[in-house]
Amino acid sequence: MEIIENKPGKNILLLGNEAITRGAIEAGVSVATTYPGTPSSEIADTFSKIAKYKIKKNKDPGFYFEYSTNEKVALEIAAAAAITGLRSLTCMKHVGLNVASDTFMTYLYIGCRGGHVIVSADDPSCHSSQNEQDNRYFAIFGGAPMFEPTTPQEAKEMTRMAFEISEELNSPVLLRTTTRLNHVRGPIKFNKIEKSKEKGKFEKNPMWVPMPEIARARHPKLIEMLEKAEKISETYPYNEIINIGKQSEWGIITSGVSYNYVREISEELNLNVKILKLGMTHPIPKKICKKFIRSCKNIIIVEELEPILENQIKQIIYDIGENVKIFGKTTGHFSRLYEYNLDIVEDVFLKIFKINKEIKKPNKSKLELPKRPPALCPGCPHRATYYAAKKAQPKGVIYPTDIGCYTLGKAKPLEMADLLLCMGSNAGTACGLAVATDEKIISFMGDSTFFHSGIPPLIDAVHHNHNVVITILDNRTTAMTGHQPHPGNDFDGMGRPAKKILVEKVVKGCGVENIEIINPNNIEKSSEAYKRALNYSGTSVVISKSPCIILENRYKRKRNESIRVYQIDQEKCKKCKTCIGKFGCPAIYFEEDESIHIDMNQCNGCGNCATVCPFNAIFNKEN
Amino acid sequence: MKNNIVLTGVGGQGVITAANILGKAALKAGLNVYVSEVHGMAQRGGSVNCTVRIGDVYGPLVANGTADAIVSTEPIEALRYINYSNNKTKIITDINPVIPFTVSVGSDKYPSLDKVFSELRKNGELYKIDANKIATDVGNIITKNTVLLGALAASDALLFKSDLLLSTILENVPSKFKEINRKAFQEGFKAIKK
Ligand SMILES: Cc1ncc(C[n+]2csc(CCOP(=O)(O)OP(=O)(O)O)c2C)c(N)n1
Ligand code: SF4
Ligand code: SF4
Repeated sequence: MEIIENKPGKNILLLGNEAITRGAIEAGVSVATTYPGTPSSEIADTFSKIAKYKIKKNKDPGFYFEYSTNEKVALEIAAAAAITGLRSLTCMKHVGLNVASDTFMTYLYIGCRGGHVIVSADDPSCHSSQNEQDNRYFAIFGGAPMFEPTTPQEAKEMTRMAFEISEELNSPVLLRTTTRLNHVRGPIKFNKIEKSKEKGKFEKNPMWVPMPEIARARHPKLIEMLEKAEKISETYPYNEIINIGKQSEWGIITSGVSYNYVREISEELNLNVKILKLGMTHPIPKKICKKFIRSCKNIIIVEELEPILENQIKQIIYDIGENVKIFGKTTGHFSRLYEYNLDIVEDVFLKIFKINKEIKKPNKSKLELPKRPPALCPGCPHRATYYAAKKAQPKGVIYPTDIGCYTLGKAKPLEMADLLLCMGSNAGTACGLAVATDEKIISFMGDSTFFHSGIPPLIDAVHHNHNVVITILDNRTTAMTGHQPHPGNDFDGMGRPAKKILVEKVVKGCGVENIEIINPNNIEKSSEAYKRALNYSGTSVVISKSPCIILENRYKRKRNESIRVYQIDQEKCKKCKTCIGKFGCPAIYFEEDESIHIDMNQCNGCGNCATVCPFNAIFNKEN
Repeated sequence: MKNNIVLTGVGGQGVITAANILGKAALKAGLNVYVSEVHGMAQRGGSVNCTVRIGDVYGPLVANGTADAIVSTEPIEALRYINYSNNKTKIITDINPVIPFTVSVGSDKYPSLDKVFSELRKNGELYKIDANKIATDVGNIITKNTVLLGALAASDALLFKSDLLLSTILENVPSKFKEINRKAFQEGFKAIKK
């Protein structure tokens, strides 16, 4: 396996996320935990692959890895390990840190002994997220030292070095990344892999229990730690000044991927500027910044999302009483929205430097193109569940939803998603809608979501006897983020056997009295179950059990079993369009003559279109 | 020296794999390279767009109007990313439409292919290629992305030699698929350089 070769100096191409994993392994990480989430997932998936590979070869992976139940649990497991002195890493998507924030905020008060790197993968432009929150605020909010790499190579190096800094400060640190780093491949140069520690030692100490008195004593320690961290920031090698062109009084301050755009555009426009590129952005190196500010008359600040550097730089300017002009978000030059790119940065620079360069409008086609959004896969069991629920009561139902593949059921023709806040919100909002309205409520959540944060609202529903139908879509995987295992699987993230937790047992344990267990591929019976659930007064739970067909077919192919695809009998087909217009399997399409066909290469062979066809026109090819 | 290549298509057509191979080949040629990929929501049959930047570059994304080549596994997906093209951009596209479900459910329309190609021709140097047929003929539709890489190599858009791209492909496919990938690459190459 190339990524774990101990060959210092070797160059390979790695994804930003893989580079982070490599950096942690070079640093001798002992414990890695996560809850999956785009754009962070490949960091953890790479740990998972390495562990499986080594265990298969009867070798010690050198670290413990798990997909935890949620981000809070993930952070707590790694925090405890770091408290015993082991190097630990926890990675998550930006909103995951909201879930883990309770732990995060107090963890910073008590700190750790082994280095602990917490990776937050932010998602400017919401490529695969419900918001684009800027988690740099968390570093400031909680008081965590923070690093922001610009390239995969820096991501690896900064991760490796972050363990040392974390140990020097006895504090967890935040590695803040964005999609454009997580999902970019670039050249990486290997360093030596340090051997990881096998066991930690917990040393009892009252300081680990922040009761009020101790918490009051720990808060000043946190401030002291940040003062020490600021000194580290002053000499941090990735806080650097890059001169472009001739000496001038123009400065640019930037961090993260924005630096790449700034650098390329500055060279392209032949600017005379100096760039202060900050790799450690909390605490910012005030001395370096002061010196830099004093050497400039004009400073442009380029950072995606919130004006975090900008506000701090302005504060420093105020403190030192310099007369420097700032160009940034607060001056209307840059946006607080979405990710940047070369075009955006060039556009603003042309304005600021008053350069007359003819900018050609990007080519645009006059043809209107059909949208191609992602869709539930052909044969996805979620589609069948939705169809059955809708059939039970076609009108007058509100469908609170949740985050997973099934959110794609919002699209036509199913339109089965009405309200969403965050993971686990389906059941809580279902209860709220039941309190606030007289409507029928059917909510949906995946099984991974159920374990993650769906259980407390379910208990609330039962305890208060809210009149809701809560669906758990038990497809036995965390499909949306790349099919990671969860507590409902009988194996773990290292590929070892694990205790499988049955959704229905948990639901029963929560006190739910009306439980319907359905196989969604039996649409008729499933619909009956929904009717019963809707008629029940109080909390009902429908557990829809059918594996994700993509995973299932992957296993089938491995076992050399064939997948039986379906076909439409053109004689029997009356072109009623139920299979497309109501059920909406994307493997079914129209020809120009309006005849309806199934794309053999896309059909996953679930057979549900054959059930919904009122004219029995759809049949299995082999029958 | 810079090379900006945009690869587009539909989730599942091997676009991301092709972009990675291009990246690995550039690294082998001793060049700096950044490959940017789309993940997550794009996997479920959505539109996919990867960019490969080679040489003296910093930003991972291609700027508007600067692509040396746009390689697409589906005709309208080439047009969707036409903002990257200029008059000299080599636009290499497969000719087989994949109908999006927005068209099947009647919300959107798939334009006529003639119009798509004429729009593409307006915005660059168009090379049409039936990569589905070539891939199926050499033995497996999964080599479609290799056919298109062969075509890209033949278009002279790349900073490095086509042999290097072929050898990188062969190093990155399982041994049982090496022969058909070699053929797929060569046939793709021939389809452009007759
Ligand atoms: C707090 C938080 N963590 C992680 C994610 C990323 N994420 C999106 S969907 C999903 C879970 C999907 O699993 P499941 O609920 O089983 O549904 P499936 O995709 O399998 O249908 C995750 C982890 C998120 N959006 N929010
Ligand atoms: S990956 Fe699985 S769960 Fe997700 S849409 Fe496809 S079939 Fe459904
Ligand atoms: S059997 Fe029908 S519904 Fe199922 S995947 Fe194939 S075409 Fe789609």
